[in-house]
Amino acid sequence: MTLNEISKLLSCEVFCGEDQLNMDIEFGCASDLMSDVLAFSRSGAILLTGLVNTQTIHTAFIAEINAVVFVRRKKPDKDIVALAREKHIPLLGTPYSLYEASGILYKTGLISTMECISVKNENG
Amino acid sequence: MRMDKSYSQSFEITGNNFFDAGKAATEVKMILKQIGINSDIIRRVAIASYEAEMNVVMYAKRASMTIEISQEKIKIVVDDEGPGIQNIELAMKEGYSTATTEMREMGFGAGMGLPNIKRNADHLKIESEVGKGTKVEFVIELKESARGGSKER
Repeated sequence: MTLNEISKLLSCEVFCGEDQLNMDIEFGCASDLMSDVLAFSRSGAILLTGLVNTQTIHTAFIAEINAVVFVRRKKPDKDIVALAREKHIPLLGTPYSLYEASGILYKTGLISTMECISVKNENG
Repeated sequence: MRMDKSYSQSFEITGNNFFDAGKAATEVKMILKQIGINSDIIRRVAIASYEAEMNVVMYAKRASMTIEISQEKIKIVVDDEGPGIQNIELAMKEGYSTATTEMREMGFGAGMGLPNIKRNADHLKIESEVGKGTKVEFVIELKESARGGSKER
């Protein structure tokens, strides 16, 4: 799925990275906890989050997250956008909540980066 | 760039400076990219370095982060001046944390830092003295045969 398709599905506003909307997104993850993102994400994912600060951008860069979507109409300030531009990480914003936005993408078949390990083990 | 000899560089990290938190790990990542290290290894080193850097920003006064790269391994040493860790065994448990609300608002402080470093490193050593500081040292092997099996995600 391309970032442009995700942007349309989630009625996104694009804060930066307009020229990168044709990038491919392989996985999805949603969290406000950056340590969880660092622990359970994979390269090539999109991150949905309600956490709007520079740590979100540093985490995305370190964990090789392709793009970030801020939920519930949250807007990044200019420092955050500048950092994201520097790191070539597109930033988008959706009016949907974290739960709704995740659900919309999950329904299209976008795989999660955070596998439910316990269920997987129980089912063999 | 080809690595014929070992390479070393140090970065300063300042406690409580949340705005710059992540810069040292970013520098480490850029160096490894430039050298042409495998992307999976880069990601593991970067994640472990970032968690170690956040620990300094959240808890310590200051620290130096030193990266040493040789043909065989990448070693990171984060030596801080700070409160130290009372109980290292407890601090290694996922979910255990002494973080404040401010730290949690930054998306950290959920008791995942040291466990995340362990998850990504092949070897981890922590030395700490209460009231003085903590030294976190971790190694990621570059030689396939030297690695102790595949790491969990």
